[in-house]
Amino acid sequence: MIDFLLTVSVIILFLVFLCLYRAVFGPGIINRMIAINVIGTKTIAIILFMGFIFKRIDFFIDISMIYALINFIGTLTFSKYFEKKGVF
Amino acid sequence: MHIVSIIFIVCGTFFLLTGTIGLLRFPDFYTRMHATGKCDTLGSLLILAGLALYHGLSLGSAKIIIIAIFIFLTSPTATHSIARAALRNKIPLWKKEKNK
Repeated sequence: MIDFLLTVSVIILFLVFLCLYRAVFGPGIINRMIAINVIGTKTIAIILFMGFIFKRIDFFIDISMIYALINFIGTLTFSKYFEKKGVF
Repeated sequence: MHIVSIIFIVCGTFFLLTGTIGLLRFPDFYTRMHATGKCDTLGSLLILAGLALYHGLSLGSAKIIIIAIFIFLTSPTATHSIARAALRNKIPLWKKEKNK
């Protein structure tokens, strides 16, 4: 089961690198915000996989919860700011 | 019980893969948001459900279910907010016959 979780976390890490292409080369600010939101959602799953691999799940659950909060608040703040300021 | 959690995690990874391909391949960012906003929510929800089934009945699995409910509420809200910021700035929609 640990080998399976390690394999799945490596696959999701590869998907994060694929999303990083859109975050670096994507035209405009909106594409970058979508890519950062997707990467944050994948990171929550990776942190939980790391908790099960290291057998310290009771600590890593709190880190994952805080990361979900930071991801939501950051995306909402940036979208409100660029709504007032103008995207391009 | 491990077989059920493995099935859940594999289905969630498939949905994350689909959302990433949609993010890379679609032509406009409204369609990119359409791909990632749904696939990412469902994929992370399935992965968290599989991990909660693997962990068993305890306080930790209750916290994982709370994270899943939080993602289910907030990820469509963030996508809607980004789409509204794009639409208020009058970014044109993608049309097929215009780009030929």
